[in-house]
Amino acid sequence: MNVVEGLMYSKDHEWVKFEGDIAIIGITDYAQSELGDLVFVNLPEVDDEVKVGEAFADVESVKAVSDILAPISGVVCEINEELLDAPGSINESAFDAWFVKVKDITDKDNLMDAAAYTAYVESL
Amino acid sequence: MLIFEKSRTGRHLTLLPKCDVPIVMPEEKDTRTLDLHLPELSENDISRHYTELEKKSRGVNDGFYPLGSCTMKYNPRINEDMAALSGFTEIHPLQPQSTVQGCMEVFKTAEYYLTEITGMDHMTFQPAAGAHGEFTGILLIKAYHTSRGDTKRNKIIVPDSAHGTNPATAAMAGYKIINIDSREDGCVDIDKLREVVGEDTAGLMLTNPNTVGLFDKNILQITKIVHEAGGLCYYDGANLNAVMGTVRPGDMGFDVVHLNLHKTFSTPHGGGGPGSGAVGCKEILAPFLPKDMVEGEVGKYHFVNAPQTIGRVKEFYGNFLVVVRALTYCMTLGKEGIPEASSHAVLNANYMMNRLKDLYDMAYDEVCMHEFVMGLEGLKKETGVSAMDIAKGLLDNGIHPPTMYFPLIVHEALMVEPTETESKEILDEAIEVFRKLYHDAKTAAESLHMAPVSTPIGRLDEVGAARNPILRHKF
Amino acid sequence: MGSYVPHSDADRKEMLAVCGFEKIEDLYAHLPEEVKLKDGLDIPVGMSELEVRRAVSSMASKNKIFPTIFRGAGAYKHFIPSIVKSVIGKETFFTAYTPYQAEVSQGVLQSIFEYQTMICELTGMDVANASVYDGATAAAEGVAMCKDRKRKKALIAATAHPHIIDTIKTYCFGNEMEIEMIPEKDGKIDMDYLKVHMSADVAGVYVQHPNFYGTLEEAKEIGEIVHEAGAKYILGVNPIAISVMKSPREYGADIAVGDGQPLGLSIAFGGPYLGFMACTEKMTRQLPGRIVGQTTDNSGKVGYVLTLQAREQHIRREKASSNICSNQALCALAIGVYCASMGASGIKEAAIQSTSKAHYMAEELEKIGYTVKNNGAFFHEFVTTSKAPVERVMSALEEQDILGGYPLSNGTILWCCTEMNTKEEIDKVVSILKEV
Repeated sequence: MNVVEGLMYSKDHEWVKFEGDIAIIGITDYAQSELGDLVFVNLPEVDDEVKVGEAFADVESVKAVSDILAPISGVVCEINEELLDAPGSINESAFDAWFVKVKDITDKDNLMDAAAYTAYVESL
Repeated sequence: MLIFEKSRTGRHLTLLPKCDVPIVMPEEKDTRTLDLHLPELSENDISRHYTELEKKSRGVNDGFYPLGSCTMKYNPRINEDMAALSGFTEIHPLQPQSTVQGCMEVFKTAEYYLTEITGMDHMTFQPAAGAHGEFTGILLIKAYHTSRGDTKRNKIIVPDSAHGTNPATAAMAGYKIINIDSREDGCVDIDKLREVVGEDTAGLMLTNPNTVGLFDKNILQITKIVHEAGGLCYYDGANLNAVMGTVRPGDMGFDVVHLNLHKTFSTPHGGGGPGSGAVGCKEILAPFLPKDMVEGEVGKYHFVNAPQTIGRVKEFYGNFLVVVRALTYCMTLGKEGIPEASSHAVLNANYMMNRLKDLYDMAYDEVCMHEFVMGLEGLKKETGVSAMDIAKGLLDNGIHPPTMYFPLIVHEALMVEPTETESKEILDEAIEVFRKLYHDAKTAAESLHMAPVSTPIGRLDEVGAARNPILRHKF
Repeated sequence: MGSYVPHSDADRKEMLAVCGFEKIEDLYAHLPEEVKLKDGLDIPVGMSELEVRRAVSSMASKNKIFPTIFRGAGAYKHFIPSIVKSVIGKETFFTAYTPYQAEVSQGVLQSIFEYQTMICELTGMDVANASVYDGATAAAEGVAMCKDRKRKKALIAATAHPHIIDTIKTYCFGNEMEIEMIPEKDGKIDMDYLKVHMSADVAGVYVQHPNFYGTLEEAKEIGEIVHEAGAKYILGVNPIAISVMKSPREYGADIAVGDGQPLGLSIAFGGPYLGFMACTEKMTRQLPGRIVGQTTDNSGKVGYVLTLQAREQHIRREKASSNICSNQALCALAIGVYCASMGASGIKEAAIQSTSKAHYMAEELEKIGYTVKNNGAFFHEFVTTSKAPVERVMSALEEQDILGGYPLSNGTILWCCTEMNTKEEIDKVVSILKEV
């Protein structure tokens, strides 16, 4: 399982990369391996509010749909439209396949660093 | 090969005479200029094409089909004969009512049989399938509350073991869904139900026997709790084949039910339809029934609209020819035959379960109703062989697999519903196959991962199909 | 009594013993006594096959079969080639379940894939589903497809079939989409009303073309108005008419729906029929119901599977866009066989003959003083005034075993012709009406 240093992580297996006032969000390598081959992604729209712990997107495998829960709160300022055409890129490279960029960030205090997340996953 | 690939330019059948009136074409602005590619074939080509497709399909006539929750019983051929009578097939739905008394008699007689079997007061045949029946039934509940000005009731309670259509139906009817966890034995948790009912409860959707094949003994208490909170109770008739003549949804406290005439009442599934999702209800919901209910006496039937009808859920009166088949079945079996069908469906399920439970883990080791659920989680952990692998192994042995991965509350579930029309020899044979596959799982797991090998095609790439959908032939 | 239970007494005894029981009733012993039915079902005893055959046939004989039919209004008597009935009578096709187990269901799956292709060809659209219950539910599902977070209102043509309008309303009572009717003006929709009422919250506009009266709407212009306002255009069509008339795609539709009954299904007192649904590629994900896709197996062999299933109720549960979990597969099969046996030229011939005969009949009726009320071009249905009280007209025709046009509430009559009606029959109707 791959975990990238320098990113922050949630217990629901999302990664967050902070760039200035913006947070970039995706799902972890562990999450994609648990979900299996993904065939579709539903993303929110720009200007949607996301709230920590609540679903802001979902991903489909052939036989399941899974909600993706927001690791922080904020407002969507960009979505990764390329994902819509290539959901398989999440399986191939989960840390490059970002879902959304979020501004006006709040509720970011419960995230883990890479070491803590690695320990967390190992405890599962 | 696709039928389009067999096409040869200029080949055709001679079907229509020359036009005997002057030809009129649409005006240019409404004339089609787009090409229309349909196959050009001889009748022999067509006949052989579909015979080839038939051979690559599997029906109840091909062998044992223990698909849980689907009630794949034998489809009597007298039903087909009756549905093919020209006195039914050649009748226009908008003929004068005096000229369709026979069709109306079919509806009225079917209503008489099925309301007695379910303990309901009325029945509409407009819904075309089980899910369509659910939608109709839940709209009756919605119309009932709305008519009383009781609009704060915006929630439908659905157990987590329910068929996926139940929550989807409630959502389609504009309701919020309250999922309640089942108890370990798959039955409704009475305490949890008490916690969630209230002034916002519109109703509860339930099937009994439930989706794990057990009869929920607390049923009277359950329906009472919902009623006392002001909600109504909806019976999903998917599992009615277990209990006909022994218990009736109406007597269990349900206010509205849907039946799958294509399951319980022996009409064929047709590869996915047409079915019929007849909906029965108690008197309190009668004012809201869909349009065109049949009333009156033999020879003097007429259509009426209920005073506060929800309207139509379908263009005409439902899948009429399916109702003809179901009525034929009811008349054939009658007072003794209907309960006999149910009790033997239960006998067959219990027999199979008892002959398999020394090897396979039963999700619930108690007397089941018409189906039982095996949980293959243990086998998978030990051997790597999943429920899917066993299912595919069955295909190589000429048996249609049980329903896989349902209900969701049992891991690696295989849900087996033999139905009453299978004989002891057939069950014995199937039991031997199940037992053999269990041993294969322990000794030759790899062969099961590769199964099926004897079918016209192997396991298909479903991920590829979903990622890059090819949904039509391109010319 | 009739029975399909094969158990001998010895089988039953042995099987019960395996389960630890003596009597068949023991299987229900654990059910609470208070819910059990005490005196059995109050229905007649069962019957032999011969008795049932007599009883049901006697019901069928109480219906009047009209050998000549000039009534459509949603159910159309067209020619059905013999091969259609022979194929759908194949036992494996009619006794199969939904093709979940793809390895043993390639035949059913391929027939659906072929059906989807044919519907795409007829409508000119990119994608079709495996079918829904009928034309009215297809229209209602089409309307629901358009709903999104910002647009929750549908405009519905008042000139559509009243039963279709009813069905759309019922579905919208469920999903709480707001409905606004586009009023009728001289037998077509009021274009001025449409232009003014295309607000930003309109999700979709449903128009039937030809409309309930058989009249062609300004289908192209309507599409332009709808799209300008950013809404989706749902066009309800007759599948035979569109073989010669512009296809929904050419009129700019986003979603094409209709009843497949004219394509080889008998009128059968209203069902089973089939609803077809097709749309642009962009709307694929919103399309409800089953869809079959092409793929390959582990050795590279081409095969077919139910696909895009994660849109559906058994996975999405309450988040699914529709609860539908079946299609009218056997009807879709019939339509496939119909399209294959008629071919494009045969369907076009049926379409041309239908409209030609309707125009001939309209002219002949005008000659005897019936006025055609359609405002503009019509296809194979048209409305006339009646010279005599409609009831008398209808019973005069009924006496001659002719089912006349459908009486409308304002005293006019909606006539329909198909390729089944001969010139002789039309002339006979005209001569009878002359005398009424």
